[in-house]
Amino acid sequence: MAGKIRVVVAKPGLDGHDRGAKIIARALRDAGMEVIYTGLHQTPEQIVETAIQEDADAVGISILSGAHMTLVPRILELLRENGVEDVVVVVGGTIPEDDAVALRKLGVAGVFGPGAPTGEIVDFVRGAVPAA
Amino acid sequence: MAATDREKGVGNAGWRAGYEAKPRREGELFSTISGVENEALYSPEDVDLDYERDLGWPGSYPFTRGVYPSMYRGRIWTMRQFAGFGTAAETNARFRYLLAHGQTGLSTAFDMPTLMGYDSDHPRSLGEVGREGVAIDSLADMETLFAGIPLGEVSTSMTINGPAAILLAFYVAVGEQQGVPLEQLSGTVQTDILKEYIAQKEWIFPPGPSMRLVVDMIEWCAKRLPRMHPVSISGYHIREAGSTAAQELAFTLADGFAYVEACLERGLDVDSFAPRLSFFFNAHLDFFEEIAKYRAARRIWARQMRERYGAKDPRSWLMRFHTQTAGVSLTAQQPQVNLIRTAIEALAAVLGGTQSLHTNSFDEALALPTEDAVRLALRTQQVIAHETGVVNTIDPLGGSYYLEHLTSELERQAYEYFSAIEALGGVVAAIEQNFQQREIAEASFRYQAEVERRERIVVGVNRYQVEEEQPIEILRIDPALERQQVERVRAVREGRDAAAAEAALARLREDAARDDRNLMEPILAAAQAYVTMGEMCDALREVWGTWRETPVF
Repeated sequence: MAGKIRVVVAKPGLDGHDRGAKIIARALRDAGMEVIYTGLHQTPEQIVETAIQEDADAVGISILSGAHMTLVPRILELLRENGVEDVVVVVGGTIPEDDAVALRKLGVAGVFGPGAPTGEIVDFVRGAVPAA
Repeated sequence: MAATDREKGVGNAGWRAGYEAKPRREGELFSTISGVENEALYSPEDVDLDYERDLGWPGSYPFTRGVYPSMYRGRIWTMRQFAGFGTAAETNARFRYLLAHGQTGLSTAFDMPTLMGYDSDHPRSLGEVGREGVAIDSLADMETLFAGIPLGEVSTSMTINGPAAILLAFYVAVGEQQGVPLEQLSGTVQTDILKEYIAQKEWIFPPGPSMRLVVDMIEWCAKRLPRMHPVSISGYHIREAGSTAAQELAFTLADGFAYVEACLERGLDVDSFAPRLSFFFNAHLDFFEEIAKYRAARRIWARQMRERYGAKDPRSWLMRFHTQTAGVSLTAQQPQVNLIRTAIEALAAVLGGTQSLHTNSFDEALALPTEDAVRLALRTQQVIAHETGVVNTIDPLGGSYYLEHLTSELERQAYEYFSAIEALGGVVAAIEQNFQQREIAEASFRYQAEVERRERIVVGVNRYQVEEEQPIEILRIDPALERQQVERVRAVREGRDAAAAEAALARLREDAARDDRNLMEPILAAAQAYVTMGEMCDALREVWGTWRETPVF
């Protein structure tokens, strides 16, 4: 039988806005996934370490501080440096459209802005994670 | 003999029969946005109030109808737009722009590193400097922030909590440089650390030493800065984190009582500090629920301050508050619609008797606001103040069966939460058990689910969507600003009298380790020696440690 999809929901940087992260974490869990929520104020290093330790299929990064163009590329770089190529990275938050385009080019699978329905995000993660 | 229904008209029973016979809209909820059930109609039967006891007169106990006898006939609320981004020089320019357009008070937003007690050159600050507010590292930045703004003539609000005492010291030091007597400095420092643990999550130290710093500030301001509000007890962030109106009301007031109790434990007389406590609430979209919330808040505060804490000075009973419209209600979809949401929210705040108001800009679900968007937001307040006529009569909705019922209902729910928090051992103990955090997470998830089932309609999000047009113009923060700010803080460290800075820091460390010293004086001395905010926070972290929550979702 295929295992549950394992998702790390992460809050990088100093931003404490965690309403969205908690809603997504719960929606993913309710959809049958294994969800590990890192809690707040994580460094890119801590997030990548958690992703590796938890053998995550996907990492969901929630960020509303405007620091996404610094923190997300760093997380992608650290994942690559650690040889984690197959993890699906999804970003949610207040991400201007041209930044979203840039993040997708860097390897982010999906970017979700304010108002994105949780069902859409759940379906996206399911679709993006290769079947075990 | 009782009058017949015919003699009285159809009567409640008659109306109800007529109402039940009619079809209802299907699929949508009739409860408030917070989930409080609404009846279809309220009548005198639903309102059990004693006018003098429960409502009273504006400016008189229990202040349900307002804190001043004249309210907006005497003076319009303070229009106070929150601003801050980039470096101190950028924000100084925005402040002057707002003052030039008729704003009557300043309100400072600090960036994430400042809120968390890190200097701009700290590794954790990378990418965050000046993004969500202005970066302030030392007295030198504060001098730039208020350059050309006479601090004796404006009132300034500072949204800062963990390092609040340090930022207040910077402000006082600038005031002294400008030659303003301390008694003339006026404004508000947020300082409300309890709601940080509950909702906004920008903390530095554990609750114990954090509470001590708050009491130090209250005590010091009572003696030295009589026109400063040392704490703004805030429900805003609790609501933004997804709480209901009742949770916002209850958790905020419970926090307020916790500060009062901490000051009493210090040995302060309640009337020496209570008149300077102020509050900060959200203005969300459920119009009547919000107005009821403000009215209930005033009534609860007055009664508890007088009856439970024995305050004798009427100024200790009255709750003054600032309001900000709900950022969380803004949508990234069809952003211009946010102008309408904000206008309605602002109207609720005014009808609820707010003392000052920030209206959000329509582009804030996308980025920090542009100057044009901020001006429109300010104009919204000016239209309400000068064109709608709602300022002519005090508490114009008082006596509405529905509003009075809802006011009492929110009050009842708040007292239920007070009991629950007390049963857990008080506010801090409840926070440590994740009680408030869990309640908020539940409420926020419930609301999101209702939106996704389309039981609640959000215009442009789950109904009336359009293909989104070209993105609107948004404010961009130049990444070069971070580099400039990093260079600036390093220059400050190099240019100061090193021995004086070291001595001031040593004294701060020493006093922090003892619990019989008020830390405001050593913090002010360190500020004046150009010790940076991050250095002071590091010193205090060494003595007190830091805080980490166990997250729940």
